[in-house]
Amino acid sequence: MQPLLEVRQLVKQYRDVRAVDGISFGIEPGTCVGLLGPNGAGKTTTVEMLEGIIPATSGEILFRGRPIDDEFRQSAGIMFQNTALQDYITVQETLNLFRSFYQHTRPLDDLIESCALGDFLNRDVQKLSGGQRQRLLLAVALLNDPEILFLDEPTTGLDPQARRNFWQLIHNIKSEQKTVALTTHYMDEAYQLCDVIAIMDRGRIIAQGSPEQLLKSHFENSVISLPFDHVPAALKESCHLSLHRRNSQVEIHSNDLNSSIRSLLEQGVSLEQMQVRSPTLEDLFLELTGHELRA
Amino acid sequence: MNTRRFVATLAARNREFLRDRMALSWNILLPVLIVMGFAFAFTSDNQELFKVGVKGKPPEEIGFLTIQHIKFIPVGDLESSIPKVERHQLDMLLDLELRRYWINRTSAKGYILEQLLTASGSALNKQTVSGKEIRYVDWLIPGVLGMNVMFSSLFGVGYVIVRYRKNGVLKRLKATPLTPFEFLSAQVVSRLWLIIMVTSLVYAGTDIFVGFRMHGSYLTLLLVLALGTLSMISLGLIVAARMANEEAANGLLNMLSWPMMLLSGVWFSLEGSPPVVQQLALLLPLTHLTDAARKVMIDGAGLWEIRWHLAVLTVMTALFMAIGARTFRWE
Repeated sequence: MQPLLEVRQLVKQYRDVRAVDGISFGIEPGTCVGLLGPNGAGKTTTVEMLEGIIPATSGEILFRGRPIDDEFRQSAGIMFQNTALQDYITVQETLNLFRSFYQHTRPLDDLIESCALGDFLNRDVQKLSGGQRQRLLLAVALLNDPEILFLDEPTTGLDPQARRNFWQLIHNIKSEQKTVALTTHYMDEAYQLCDVIAIMDRGRIIAQGSPEQLLKSHFENSVISLPFDHVPAALKESCHLSLHRRNSQVEIHSNDLNSSIRSLLEQGVSLEQMQVRSPTLEDLFLELTGHELRA
Repeated sequence: MNTRRFVATLAARNREFLRDRMALSWNILLPVLIVMGFAFAFTSDNQELFKVGVKGKPPEEIGFLTIQHIKFIPVGDLESSIPKVERHQLDMLLDLELRRYWINRTSAKGYILEQLLTASGSALNKQTVSGKEIRYVDWLIPGVLGMNVMFSSLFGVGYVIVRYRKNGVLKRLKATPLTPFEFLSAQVVSRLWLIIMVTSLVYAGTDIFVGFRMHGSYLTLLLVLALGTLSMISLGLIVAARMANEEAANGLLNMLSWPMMLLSGVWFSLEGSPPVVQQLALLLPLTHLTDAARKVMIDGAGLWEIRWHLAVLTVMTALFMAIGARTFRWE
C-alpha cells in the first residue's frame, strides 16, 4: 500500500543546531502515527515541516506521492502546540470564521457534537478552560474534513480527566478511518492512541514500530522493582542481571521471572516491597536513550 | 482574493474591536477629553497681552510702540497678516511704511488698542476688517482628530498584528488557505471604517460641547480623513510586517508617533519654528492630514486648494503599503 504521506531523509538545520537529522518514514492511510520523544527531540520541527508551516533544509515530503502544495492545505487539519485564537469572539464565531476559509467543510452541527462544544458555543474564546480550548482547536483542525490530521502535543497541560476525554475524541476520529499524526511526550498517550510509534531523540528516529512490537523486541517480559537499599552493592555491580536505578528504586528487567527471583533470594535480597510489572514505553525510552523522558 | 474569506476575517476583526470595551472607550474618550480640556483652558480670557503685528521700521519715534504689555510682532507681508486680524490672532496690524493700521470691527481688544494709538498722538490711517474670532480650539480640533487617527492606526494595526504573531494567531491562519493579501486587506479595511466611525462620533460629540468652525465641505473633509487614515495604517503595516516582539513594536510605534505628534503641528503652529523642522514636518503624514483638515475646516478650502496634501498622502499610502505587503511574514 502506498503511504498517504511519505518522508525521505528530512533535515532541518538551524544556525548551529541540527533539529531534525535525516529522518524517513511513511504514514499509511487510516493509521495513527505517533512521534514520541522528550522536549527538544525535534518532534514539533518535524511535524511543522510535514504541515508545510516551516520549510525543510533538505529531504522530501510527499503527499499521495506528490510534493506538498496549496491543495494539501485544503486537505490537512492542523492543531498546533501553542496557538491563540482571536480574542473577543465566541466559539461559534471562531468556527464560522475558519469555515469560510475552506471550499469543502464538515457540517458544523456534527462537529459541535463530536467535539462536545455545545455547552459553550456562545462563550468568548478567552474564557474557555484548557480542555474546552483544546476541543475547540481540534474542531477547527477538523473543519475542512481533512484526510490527514496533525496534532502537536494535544494534551500537554490538561488534567487527567480532560486528557482521557480528549483521547476518546481521537479514538472517534480514528474510527472514521482518518489518518492522524501526533506528537507527544506522554508514553501512555502514544500507547493509547497510536498504531505506529517513532521514537525520536536528538533529531533522529531511534526506534519505530507498533507499541507491542517495540516492547517485545526490546524487552524481556517483566520488570522487577525493589527499594535501592535492599539490593547489596555486589549485586549492583554484577552483570548477571540487567539493573537500572530509578530514583530510590532498582529495576531489574527479566525474561524469566522465576529464575530471577530465585537468584535474588539466593543473594539474600529481601523481597519486601517488591513490585513486578510489565514494561512500558517509558522503560523502552530509557533503554533506548539512556536518559529518562523529560517532561 | 477570495471575497468570502476576506469578509469573514473583516467581520471577526470588527467584532474583536467593538467588544474590547477598554480599547473602544479609550479611542472615543481620549480625544473628547483633550478637546474639552483645551476648550475649557482657553475660553477663559486669561491672555493679558495685546498682540500687534508691525510691518516696516518706524520712520520716527512712535510713542505707541513703547507701551508695556503689548506684544509687538514683526510681520513680513500684509497678505498673510490681514487674515490674522480677521481671525483675532492679531489684535491690530500696523503698516508703518504706508502709515496705515488695521483692526477688526468686532474685536474689543482692537477697539482699546485704537484708543491707545490715537491717544499716543500717532496719525495713521484706519483700515477695518471683520471676521469671527478663530479660537485656539477651532485650530486645535483638526489636530487632535488627526492625532487620534494616527494613534489608532499605528497601534490598532501595527501592535495588533505583532500581538497576533506572537501568540500564534497568525500561525494558525497561515495553516489555512487564507492568503496574506486577504488577511492584510481585512485588517486595513476594518481599521479604516472603525476610525472613520469613531472620528465622526468624536467630531459630532465635541461639536455639541464646544461648537467649532466648519467652513468647508464635509465630503472633502471625509476624503482627507480617509486618505490620512490609510497612509497611517500603511505605516503601521510596515511595523507589523516582521516583528514578533510586542515590547519592541510598542517602542518603535512610540518612536514614530510621538515625534510625529510634536512635529506635525497638532498643538502649536510650526510657523515660527526653524526651517529644518518645517521641512522635516513635510515628510510626516500627520502634517498633511492636519494641515489639509485645517484648511478645509477653517478656511473652507476645496479639493483644488488641498491637492498638494492629497497627492502627498496618496503617494505615502502607496509606498508604505507596498513595503508593508512585500515584507510581510506570517511568522
